[in-house]
This record gives sequence, C-alpha cells and structure tokens, in this order.
Amino acid sequence: MVDTILETEGLTKEFRGFAAVSDVRLQVARGSIHGLIGPNGAGKTTCFNLLTKFLPPTRGSIRYDGRDITGMKPAEVARLGLVRSFQISAVFPNLTVLENVRLALQRQRGGSFDFWRGESLLRQYDDRAMQLLEDVGLTGYARHAAGQLPYGRKRALEIATTLALDPVMMLLDEPTAGMTHEDVDRIVTLVKRVAAGRTVLLVEHNLKVVEGLCDTITVLTRGRVLAQGDYATVSRNPEVQAAYLGTDPSIAGGTQHV
Amino acid sequence: MADTTIDLGTTAAKHEEAGFLGFTRAQALAFGVLVAFVFISPFFLYPVFLMKILCFALFACAFNLLIGYVGLLSFGHAAFFGMGGYITAHTAKVWGLTPELAILAGGVVGSVLGLGIGWLAIRRSGIYFAMITLAMAQMVYFFCLQAPFTGGEDGIQQVPRGSLFGMVPLDRDFTLYWVVAFVFLAGFLLVHRVVHSPFGQVMKAVRENEPRATSLGYRTDDYKLMAFVLSAALSGVAGGTKALVFGIATLVDVNWTMSGEVVLMTLVGGLGTVFGPVVGAAVIVTMQNYLAEFGAWVTVIQGVIFVACVLAFRRGVVGEIGNLLKVKL
Repeated sequence: MVDTILETEGLTKEFRGFAAVSDVRLQVARGSIHGLIGPNGAGKTTCFNLLTKFLPPTRGSIRYDGRDITGMKPAEVARLGLVRSFQISAVFPNLTVLENVRLALQRQRGGSFDFWRGESLLRQYDDRAMQLLEDVGLTGYARHAAGQLPYGRKRALEIATTLALDPVMMLLDEPTAGMTHEDVDRIVTLVKRVAAGRTVLLVEHNLKVVEGLCDTITVLTRGRVLAQGDYATVSRNPEVQAAYLGTDPSIAGGTQHV
Repeated sequence: MADTTIDLGTTAAKHEEAGFLGFTRAQALAFGVLVAFVFISPFFLYPVFLMKILCFALFACAFNLLIGYVGLLSFGHAAFFGMGGYITAHTAKVWGLTPELAILAGGVVGSVLGLGIGWLAIRRSGIYFAMITLAMAQMVYFFCLQAPFTGGEDGIQQVPRGSLFGMVPLDRDFTLYWVVAFVFLAGFLLVHRVVHSPFGQVMKAVRENEPRATSLGYRTDDYKLMAFVLSAALSGVAGGTKALVFGIATLVDVNWTMSGEVVLMTLVGGLGTVFGPVVGAAVIVTMQNYLAEFGAWVTVIQGVIFVACVLAFRRGVVGEIGNLLKVKL
C-alpha cells in the first residue's frame, strides 16, 4: 500500500467552456519525486495552479495529507507545508538576496503584524538564511539585490526561499526553464539533494530533466492524463511518443492552445 | 548578560543597515539636517507657514507609506485628511476637548474610515484600486457637504486652539509650532519604524511580488489593509493638526483635488524614499504660498512641474539626489 500525500479526484478547470484540465486523477506518493510532463499547452501549469489553490477548480477535489484542501486559500495551503515555486523566477527584486530568504524564515514567527518593532528582530534568522544560501551556492550574493542576479541564480534563490519554509511537499514549476546546460545540471542536482525527506512534484517541459530525477511521471496532453508510471514505462508508450514528436495530430494538437 | 551585549555588538557591526533608529548613515545624516531645520527655522520663518508644511509633510509621509512601500496608489486620501480635520475641529470646538485629544480623535476616525474604505478597495489592484478609493472619498465629500456638524459650505470656523493637556495655552503661533513639530516628528519616525519592522518587511514583499508572498504563506490582503489603516490614521492626524493650526476645517481638505495634491507632493519629493514626501510637501506648499500672487497660474505651474517630474526626474528630488550620491535616502 503506497502512502499517498497528494491526491486529486476528477480535477477539472474550464475557462469559458474550454477545459484546460479535465478529470485529472493524480496520486503522489509520499517521499517521491513526481514529474508532471506534457507538451506546451497540456495544462501543466493550470494543474499546478489548481493544486496550490492559485486557481479555483471548476470540479473535482484535492486531498493533501489526509485533508480536503479544495476550498482553501493559497496562503493557508502554504502554511500546511505545500509550497510552490513559479515558472517566471519569482524573487523580490528590490530586496537583498538575504532578505528574500529571511522573508520565508520569518513565517516561523507567525503573521509578523508587529509594525512597532525593529527590524533587528529578524537578525535571528540570518544564520539560517546564510546556511540556505550556502546550500544553493549564493553566499557571495547575500547583500546584492535579488533583481540583479543572473537568471540561473534567481532560480537557485527561489529554491532556497522555498526550502526556508521547510516544506513537507514542494511543487516546482519548470525549475530549469530557459536555463543553460550547466545551470540545468546544477538545479537537477540541487533538487535531488533537497528532495531528501520531502515530496516533490515537478512540472517539466523537458523530458531529459525528468529522466534521471523522477520516480513517477504523469504525462498530460490537452488537459488529460495520458500515461503514468516510471520513466521507462512512460517513454515507451506510443501515445506519449506521438504527443511529444507530434506524429499524430489528434494527440499532439495541444500546442495550438498556447 | 555581558555575553549577550557583546554578541549583539558583533552582529550589528556585520550589518551596514544597523544604526541610529535603523537609519543608514546617510539617512541618519539627513534626519539630523531635518531635525535641525525643524528646530531652527521658526526663528527665521513665519511659524504658520512652517506648520502648514509640517502638516502636509506628515500627510505625504502617510501617503507614501502606502504607495512607496506597499505599491497601492490611493486616490482618496483627502477623505482621511479632511475628515480628520473636521473631527478635530468639532471635538475641540463643540466638545471642548484639549488639542492633543482632538488630534487623536481625528486620527482614530481617520483609521476607522480607512478600515472601511480599505476593506473594500484592497479587493482590487492597480487602477481599480485607485478608482474605488476615489469613489469612496467622493462619498465622504458629499457626506461632509450635507452632514449638519460640518457646517456645509462654511465649514467649521473659529476652532479654538485650546491648551495642551489643559495647561499650556497654544494661542501663540510660536508655542503651537512646537506641538506641531512634535506631532510631525513622531509621525515621521512612526512611518520609518513601520517600514523597518517585521511587518514592513512583509509589506515590501507584497509590493515586490504579491503571488510569491502568498505562496510563502502570507495573507497579503491583511497586510495591505493594515498598511492602509495606518496610513489613514496618520492622514487623519495630519488633517486634525492642520485644522487646529488654521482654526478652520473646510471642504477644501476633503475634496479630491487634495488627494491629487498629496500624490504630487510624494512624486516631486521621491516615491518610496524616506525624506522625499517631506521635501515634496515643502516644495509644493512653498510654491502655493509664494506664487499666490499669480492666482490661477499656480495650478499651471504645478502642472508643469508635475510633467517635468514625470519626464525628466522620475525618482523625484530626493530620489535623484540619492541616486547621484548612491545612497538610500
């Protein structure tokens, strides 16, 4: 019996009649690295936004860690340890790299509504923040504005910020999108390392990335689950090959919705 | 105990941001200049003119808290400023409250009004946020025009300055000046404190990237509302203080043009800078005073300055100086 941490049932999202995601049943095993792949416009990011509550589903339910989170707000889901990253590198550009990570660590003290207290209070998190930055190789950038970092480093900072919340489950939206080869390798190694003791759901466009990384892969096309299994099983599936190589227009047509 | 002190010392040394009241070195220097100006100027300049500047400076600082640090452009801040004025004037004149309590009442009503308007407005962002605040402020304007206690077109006139704590009569401009200076400096430092607090850190995160702040588990609406209420409260205090200075509360302060004026002050001075709103308020008030002889041309000149600001120096006076000297002011 597999211990499932995240489970969806009949998850559907329609935009004015267009079903971006329809009837998706997804089961993510605790402690695994689960890949969600598919061609452009397959509904990966929509699916992702549904799981993290950034979009309300039209139909269906989402269960996380034994509780129904379908009706929850995104901030609440984050507080339960289900933390996401974004496709476009989501940093706080005018804050320093250190402050970026510290903002996540600051969550430990609750809402931080105390506007009358000094910022020096937050220095208690500096050491932990520096550790996290060291983990992703950003020590030298701690005092720089996050917006000035090169693209690959921003992604690394994002992962450090996400990790700072000590998430039970991380959802990474195309962590290697738009990266050079060296950067991709570094991020893959990083994800592998930080996945220890956590569950990771990874949205990827790039099949090569998921190959060495994911325990289980779910393939989406045109909003539906096409196949599920480990890399070997999925990559041999003729429908999956067709969807990726575009040999069969009825399956590969997903791109037109981008 | 000794160990902790030493520890704090070394940590502080590592941080360039640390310093007097959380100011950077450049800011501390600028603050010194500001305080010196506040203390020396009444000996050379007309105190009422200076008090007017200080009231508007506080108003602009309160406004800047919202636009500069949360990224919310309110176009209805006149509601809080004007209503604060009416409440202070009414409580001082009719209820006979002492000036400090009357100003406080202005701030409290400002914050309550801010809670209501903010609660509605933060549901939208960008131009829609601005439009909702404007619409709500116009409703406040019509309320002030019609409500019996505001005196309609006449306003509330001959508001007594009273005696501070019931003991120190404030009839002399020079005495009142120090009260106004105190209110301004306290408000200025409060804004600075808010910006540099754990709350302020989240506030800036919301400005920088709201979805990311949400994904870190922050309910961003709560922070926006809190900032809105703080800003409204300080605007109420500023309006109340101004009503006491001039002994009058009128529709001018609650009109939408006042909302525009505070935007102008903040932009001219430098959006999102600590000292910008103060400089901006000083520039605009000075212009209104000394160019008054040109009549309607004041508005034209203001418009030209506004356009020049947007075209040539978007960071505002203080922002440009800070950029030139490569320091945060």
